[in-house]
Amino acid sequence: MLRISDAVIDAPALLRAFEASTGDAGAIVTFSGQVRPTASDAEVTSLFLQAYPAMTEAGIREAIEAATARWPVSEPLVVHRTGEMVPGDTIVFVAVAARHRRAAFEAADFLMDYLKTQAVFWKRENTDQGSTWIEPRSADYQDAKRWK
Amino acid sequence: MAKLLYFGRLGDLAGTLEETLDLPSDIETAGDLRTWLDLRFDADGALLEPTVRIAVNNEISFDTTAVSDRDEIAFMPPVGGG
Repeated sequence: MLRISDAVIDAPALLRAFEASTGDAGAIVTFSGQVRPTASDAEVTSLFLQAYPAMTEAGIREAIEAATARWPVSEPLVVHRTGEMVPGDTIVFVAVAARHRRAAFEAADFLMDYLKTQAVFWKRENTDQGSTWIEPRSADYQDAKRWK
Repeated sequence: MAKLLYFGRLGDLAGTLEETLDLPSDIETAGDLRTWLDLRFDADGALLEPTVRIAVNNEISFDTTAVSDRDEIAFMPPVGGG
């Protein structure tokens, strides 16, 4: 399941609902990504995330399908926030359920690598030093290559 | 009228996220449009960078892809991830 919106993400509530929906899965792995308070040498005042909804959703759905084809996991949950956020806000929440933990860990890791490098989002960081559009770090690309 | 979308830093350059306009009659491809807009925004090549991808009606396209006044055409700099 996928949800992209500018609504606040309540990770504990999403986990409770996910647990209730997965029944006797056995293993659940979740990941919450939060807006960091610092960037390079600057203090982040806010982060703005822009999506191109039709393309952003199509891409993430493909990644979800790739994860479920590759690992024995049930339908993963991906919730992504867009718009203006401040440090400490949850920007992304991913939950994956499986019979055993390894598949759940790996599928969640795979989905996060997709979301960090290939998902169709543009990100602007507003700091005390000014405002900049951010492109992926080379480390993010290296992480994503692990699954090729 | 074509709908044009400018994402990320290209939105700052265009001064807007989206606009609708009648394409000049000599614009037949996405590449023509890219070149015309780069001049129009005085973008100094920012729209011509090969890393700026063009989506026509939500499909990643090439400079040779035909465009018309019925299309939604998006200019997308490298994505920053979530």
